[in-house]
Order: sequence, then structure tokens, then C-alpha cells
Amino acid sequence: MNLQKVFFAFFIMLALTLNFGFVMGDIQNPAHHHIYELFAALVVSLIATVMKFGDRTHMGAVLLAASLVADLQLIGAAVVWGIAVHVLETELSGGFMSSIVSLSGGAVVANVISVVLLIIETVQARR
Amino acid sequence: MHVFVLALRRLRGPLISLISVYAIAVLGLTLIPGVDQDGNPVRMDFFHAFYFVSFTGSTIGFGELPYPFTAGQRFWVILCIYFSVIAWLYTIGRGIALAQEPAFRQAVTRGGFERAVNRIHERFYIICGYGDTGRLLVDGFTARGTRTIVIDKEQQRINDLALAALEIYVPGLCADAEHPDSLLSAGLMDIHCAGVIAVTSSDQVNLKVAITSKLLHPELPVICRSEIHDVGINMESFGTDDIVNPFDIFADRLATALHSPANYIIRRWLTSPAGTQLSEPLFPPRGRWILCGYGRFGKAVDRFLSFEGVEATVVELDPKQTDAPYNTIVGRGTEAVTLREANVEQTAGIIAGTDDDTNNLSIIMTAREINPDLFIVARQNRQRNSALFEAANVHIVMQRSDIIARTIITRIVNPLLAEFLDKLPDNDPEWSNTLASRISGACGDYTYTWNLILTRSRSPALAVSLYQGAEITLSVILDEAQKCTGEKASPLPLLLKREKETVMLPETATVLQHGDQLLFCGTPSADNRITWIAGNLNALESAIEGAADDAATQIDREQTAASSLRAK
Repeated sequence: MNLQKVFFAFFIMLALTLNFGFVMGDIQNPAHHHIYELFAALVVSLIATVMKFGDRTHMGAVLLAASLVADLQLIGAAVVWGIAVHVLETELSGGFMSSIVSLSGGAVVANVISVVLLIIETVQARR
Repeated sequence: MHVFVLALRRLRGPLISLISVYAIAVLGLTLIPGVDQDGNPVRMDFFHAFYFVSFTGSTIGFGELPYPFTAGQRFWVILCIYFSVIAWLYTIGRGIALAQEPAFRQAVTRGGFERAVNRIHERFYIICGYGDTGRLLVDGFTARGTRTIVIDKEQQRINDLALAALEIYVPGLCADAEHPDSLLSAGLMDIHCAGVIAVTSSDQVNLKVAITSKLLHPELPVICRSEIHDVGINMESFGTDDIVNPFDIFADRLATALHSPANYIIRRWLTSPAGTQLSEPLFPPRGRWILCGYGRFGKAVDRFLSFEGVEATVVELDPKQTDAPYNTIVGRGTEAVTLREANVEQTAGIIAGTDDDTNNLSIIMTAREINPDLFIVARQNRQRNSALFEAANVHIVMQRSDIIARTIITRIVNPLLAEFLDKLPDNDPEWSNTLASRISGACGDYTYTWNLILTRSRSPALAVSLYQGAEITLSVILDEAQKCTGEKASPLPLLLKREKETVMLPETATVLQHGDQLLFCGTPSADNRITWIAGNLNALESAIEGAADDAATQIDREQTAASSLRAK
């Protein structure tokens, strides 16, 4: 067992699960989406991206790209949140909440692709 | 791209630590309770926490925002500051260390080199070895507008290349040409690569270059320098296109210079870059020669000299080691005693052919002091000693690297000229002398040669006319060129190459055929005119008519003359 591979898979899967947990719930209801979950999802996603750096294979390139997409979506969600609360100084309305959740929902898709690729790679390595 | 990937992989640890420190610091700030100015308990939000950590981590420090911190918050902030600064130092330190690592720098240099090679969108040659020969090759190709790429093992030489005042940028890579990787980086598989020239000082490296090129890109021409005959034969066995043995070529040229000076001067003229002033022909005297130095070079010279029937006295310091002939005079040749012993007063000329330039110069000076009328041939080993040999006022200076470079450049840039020079007859001094004077007549003061290829793509008008059955003789274009440029002599056709035959100095009455390849020497304006006729149908027709008119006038004149004679 390679410890590095454990960390690698751990962060990629954790990025998906945290992200999914944040998105779960009514899309317009702020009570269903906690900011700490978004924060955790973003941090783990960033770490997963860095862990994918430096793989020269084609698979590695696609994994990195999927991760970058997830980061971008999550950062987008966080920025929307910050602007809504601090710049416009409004209460977090249903409209803002739904765009935050849909952005993170996009990140979920990217993270799912990452995990699927990881599984494919694992299966191929088995052979 | 490789470099970037390498850098990212090495920075993985620092980047993860940086992200973790930031994340923990931000999380802590949002969790620790604080108070606003009215004393109400508040918690810092993510936005302000990230803002605070960002300016603290980068040691900017705007103060405590949005409200003054409580003691608990300050306690956490102390930890945040130290850890974020450490994380930054770690990241930056690793980045700098990476940038200074030789492997990384090499990767960066190679990346830059490969990009430079990829940006070349015209024919180029890969030259392995940037010694004296490589340098002359690069200069020669550059002067003719051909792109080159250099590989050499020594960084110093690549630095020299970067500092050389060349008109076109020549990318250079410091790498071992023996490794296939280096050749691949230099664009061996590139569609613009036109050939590989291996002129390193090591036969083994040249051999490896030839093998690599022939295996990876079989149709690419490869020219190799080889000093050892066995290696040369090995190179030949797998299809190396040209093997240049510096000693043989050098000795052959020297023998030509001694025996048939006109051929030597013709070769020198025609292989100089266009626009070089024609040098004066030399006439070495007949008689006995002294040959100083009996190494590999001396042996080759001796062989060629005896083949030409020239008697030579050998002077050699170590006759046993070098297997010199029995009547060899022992000595360096730099001392008057040895030279007197070799009877320098009674000889026609001396060849200073040791592998040491200082000794050669010393031989020249000593010999000339004893016999001022001596014809002197000197072997120059190092390019950097050119000024000394020039000052020594020697009749013929033979520099090995110069001869090799000229041979290779001619074969690559102008194969017709190479064929012409190969076919120069060795034993017909009168023919050669006439040719030399005709060339100097056609060229004027400066050397210039060009090719005329009679194909549809290269000379459309001529090709079409010939295809339609027009009978065009060589004299039509030659006369037209002479008439239009107003020069005394018309350009001189040196070689005509057809499918099966090759004609030296074709007659002006030769009828041209589609597919003919012609080599001319003359002036650049004559070349312009001929290229113009060859490409423009109207110009060609008027030239043909002009020639016919001239012929008619000639006949008229003759008839008038004849009738006036008859009238008398």
C-alpha cells in the first residue's frame, strides 16, 4: 500500500463528499447550506488540485483539469456569497442562495468526473 | 511544458502547507468570539477572516479589522502570523532552490532551445560539434542564408556561439550529441530538417550520430567526419551519405595545389562565398620538396606526392614511432641544422606540416632565412592563429577545418558545383589554366556561381517553350545576358547535367532540353537576366528573336561582303 496514493484518493473523494453535502437540500433555503461546509469543500478541493500537480500522463492532465473546474466553481460560489452579504449588505435571499448552490452543484459534477477517472485508473492498474 | 510540470511537482509540498495554514487560520478566526465597539459578542465572518489572514500572512498588517480584537483572538493571531510567515518562507525558499538547481536550469534551457527549433519554418541543418570546422560551417551556411542548429558538449563553445556576430539566429544546445535525445531536441524528426552534419573531434560520437539519424530518420542525408578509415567504412555500411576524412581531403588538396595549381585556384574561387574577391593564381616550382612532420597528415601528403611523382625529403623528430622512410632526416625542422641537412638551399619548396602551429611558423621563418626563394606551404591547425599565418606571408596556407567546411558546404548547398569540382581533370595543366582564365574573365573580380534548372517550377518560360518543341541553344541565353548587362564576357556555363550524361563546359551550340541542370559562373547581374528570361515568356521570345535577327544580320553581312567581293 502506498501512503501517497491513500492521501491522493482521500482528498479527491473528500472533495466530492463535502461538496455534495453542501449542495444537498432545498436550493433556495439558506438554512440547508452552511458556510462552513462550503469553506471545507473549497479548502479540500484546493489541496486536491495541488496533489494532482506534476503528473505528466494524459489521465493526470484530465484529473487536474477537472479539479481546476471544481475550484473555479467553488470560488465563484464563495465570491457570490461574499458580495451578497458584505458588498450589497442584503440578507441572503433565495435568489443568491440558489446561484451559490447551483455553482457548487457544477463543482459536484467536476468532482464526480475526478472520482470516476480515479476509479478507471485504479481498475486499469489492477490488470 | 515539461519544465512547468517539473516545477509544480516540486512545489506540491509547500503549496499544500500554505493552503492548510491559511485554511486553519481562517477557520480559527471565524470560530473565536469577539466583540464589536459596543461590547456585543460577534463572530468574524469568512470574508473578513480571509482578508485579515491575507494581509497578515504577507506581513503587510493593516491592523485589527473590523473591530479591535479580544485577548483570545490575539492569542490565535500570534500563532497565525508565525505559521503563515513560515509557510511563505518555505514556499519561496523551495521555489528559489528549484530555480537554482542545475537539472531544472538545464530543463529550462532545453525547453527554450526546443521552442527556438520549433519556430524555424525553413530548411535547416543540424551541426554536431562547434570546433573550428563547425564554426566555419555555421558561418558558411549563414552567409548563404541557410539555417543551422548547433549541438556541442562544451558550454564554453555554446557561449561563443551566442556571442558570435551571425546575421541569422543559430540555436545552440550544450549536450552530448551521442545521446539520441539531443538530436531529437535539435529537431531531427522535424519536417524542416534537411540533414545532419557530424564534425565533432571524436569519431565514435560522429558514428553514433550517423547511426541515430539513419535509424530514426532514414531519408535524411548525413555527412560525417571520420579520421579513422575503419570507422569510415563502418559509417558507410549503414548508408551515411558522405564521409569526410580530413587527412585524405587535406592531403589531396595539398597535392592538387602543388601539382596542378590552376585546379587548386579554381576550387578556391568557386567554393568561396559569393562576392569574394578572386585571389591571384600561384605557381609552385617543380623539383624536390621538404616535408616536415610525418604524422597522419604527413603520411597522407607523402602518399599523394609520390603518386604525383614529386620527390620529397621527410624531416621527422621521431622516425621510429611514425614509421618514416629510411632516409628521413631526424629533427623538428625548426632548427637550421636539420634544414641544412635536408639541403634546404637546393629545394623548390617546403611543407611545414606538423600538428603544432608554433613549430610550423618557426620552420617557415628558419627555412626562409636560409633560402629566401623557397615556396612555402604551411599547415595551420588552429583557426585562432590566422593572423599569424597571414603575417608570415606564406604562399599557401592550408587549414584543415577550412577545407573540410568548404567541402561539406559545397556538397550540400551546391551539389552541381561539387560534381564539377570532382570531375576536374588532374593531369591537364593547360586545360586547367585556360579554364581559370575563362572563369576570371566571366566573373570579373568577384566570385559568383548559380544554377539554372529547366523544370516547370524553377524556370517556367524556358520549360514551356522547350515542351512546345522550341529549339533553344545555350548561346541564346548567354548572348542575351551579355547584351543586357553590357559586360565584356558572357557568363560561363561550367556543367550541364542531364538524365544520364554530365557534360563539363558545355558548348554554346548545345540545344537545351527539359530537365537540364546547368551550373554557371559570371556576375550577379547576368544571373538576374538569365533568371528573368527563364521565367518570363515574352522576354524569352524576344531573346530568341534577337538571336535569330543577329544570325540573319550576320548572314546578310557575309552575303554583302561576298557580293561586293564578287563585284570587285
